Amino acid sequence: MKIIVLVKHVPDAQFDRHITGEAHTVDRSESILSELDEYALEAALQLTEARGGEAAGNKVIALSMGPAAAVNAVKKSLQIGATEGVHLSDDALAGSDAAATSLALAAAIRYLGADAPVDLILTGMASTDGETSLVPAQLAERLGLPQVTFAASLELDAGKLTARRDGDTHADTIEAPLPAVVSVTDQINDPRYPNFKGIMAAKKKTITTLSLADIGVDAAQVGKSGSWTAVGTAEPRPPRTAGTIITDEGDAGIQLVEFLAAQKLL
Amino acid sequence: MAKALVFIDNPGQALKKSSLELLTIARTLGDAAVAFNGGLSDDVAAALAAHGARTIYRPSASDLDDYLVGPKAAFLAAAATASGAAVILTENSAEGKEIAARLGIRLGAGVITDVVAVDPDGTAHKSVLAGSYTTTAKATTPVSVLTVKANSIAPEPSATGTAPETVTLELPADATAAAARITARNEKPASGRPELTEARIVVAGGRGVDGNFGPLEELADALGAAIGASRAATDAGWIGHDAQIGQTGKTVSPQLYISAGISGAIQQKAGMQTAKVIVAVNKDAESPVFEIADFGIVGDLFKVLPQATEEIKKHRG
Repeated sequence: MKIIVLVKHVPDAQFDRHITGEAHTVDRSESILSELDEYALEAALQLTEARGGEAAGNKVIALSMGPAAAVNAVKKSLQIGATEGVHLSDDALAGSDAAATSLALAAAIRYLGADAPVDLILTGMASTDGETSLVPAQLAERLGLPQVTFAASLELDAGKLTARRDGDTHADTIEAPLPAVVSVTDQINDPRYPNFKGIMAAKKKTITTLSLADIGVDAAQVGKSGSWTAVGTAEPRPPRTAGTIITDEGDAGIQLVEFLAAQKLL
Repeated sequence: MAKALVFIDNPGQALKKSSLELLTIARTLGDAAVAFNGGLSDDVAAALAAHGARTIYRPSASDLDDYLVGPKAAFLAAAATASGAAVILTENSAEGKEIAARLGIRLGAGVITDVVAVDPDGTAHKSVLAGSYTTTAKATTPVSVLTVKANSIAPEPSATGTAPETVTLELPADATAAAARITARNEKPASGRPELTEARIVVAGGRGVDGNFGPLEELADALGAAIGASRAATDAGWIGHDAQIGQTGKTVSPQLYISAGISGAIQQKAGMQTAKVIVAVNKDAESPVFEIADFGIVGDLFKVLPQATEEIKKHRG
């Protein structure tokens, strides 16, 4: 089977992140493979390994759209176990919103499915930078495919998938015909780490770089000109300052309630 | 007058507060119409009228709930076209965002998520990068789709409630063709506490809770609060994943956020950023959480929280 996993190179959320420039875009220095995409990659590897892995002709293609440095997200995916990598990179893509991003990714996926059909497209539950969760659903709409988002489990069988999705008030079992777009949560598995063998093997794996011309997309359809939304202003939130800090001497609970009463929060 | 269309999905016997908020926002943008999926009870119909809905669009098919979002997006697109709405509002839930996402592609409309306020000209206000920036964004397309966070506005009934007209829309025949289908649904037991994303007060626990959320639950119940947890606490299995706040959990913006046994690493602080008032209880005086707390207590949560719970009960007497 052939699975495409979307991986994104994002600023590390463990440090302060910033918005820069006139277009108010995210500063992408100090970026890593988005942690939430590791769950999608692991899900893809488990599905193909259960079917004989690469030896049986199964493919896991890691696809990343982003500037030159985003190739690092693809490399890391290859070290973890993806069989091949694709980096969609073009200066015209900078500043793409979800609509423009999904257009470019849909074209890249059609291109990658030209020789043999794609069975499944897996993504993380959201990017850790944009956090809109829009791209998987927009991709499904553009490709005319069913979508299952926030899958907490995933099984494939004879042309259909079964997934579990946990909501606030109920848990659903969902079925969809393949091919489909599925985004997975951090509850689905425990992603593996790249080991030495994987790191060495990755050096021999192919990374294909695609431009917009390769996938038949016009520069005007993406980036700022192809986006359907525009950011007007971006202001850092004023830093919160510490208020009153006390050390408990036996009456802190009472002082806490006095504070809440004074703030009219009771 | 431009039109704003609000999507309301299967509310059951009563409208959620977030739906009333959407209608209140819609009226600030123009004439409010509703695209309504599910059974329409008399009470709900009356509430829609009272909150200014002029037209209620309903799908011809009643099985939309058997599917995930594809067919609902098809219905909403039909309602958007029929109403001529310039702005479509949905709730900011996972499903609301997905429907908005697909609808955006169908209509060629810009989608903005996590909106907390909308100006009359359609400019949306939101927080990004886990609450560290506030931004404004606007669709560059004639029609825009906005997903609005709960607790963004106080719901208000319309001064001129009129009986809305109801319009049934035929769904395209292929609406349910390649859609994911829900084959089983298991209801979860209700906690009886407010929903985390909509709660006015949140009591959240982290590693320092050490497996025992009891004192937090008692304090939450005394305050009428929801219970939340850091990823460390949910990963440890001390509390259900539903309670997780932050990157892979829920975003909360309560009036009051009481954090107990949470150290306040960057991501955790981000999850609290947008709360109005932050109270922190932690044994370690060096915890970064004290840098952002309006009231911080260096102490043992197992002593401090029960004492606070007792005091609140006395206070209420």
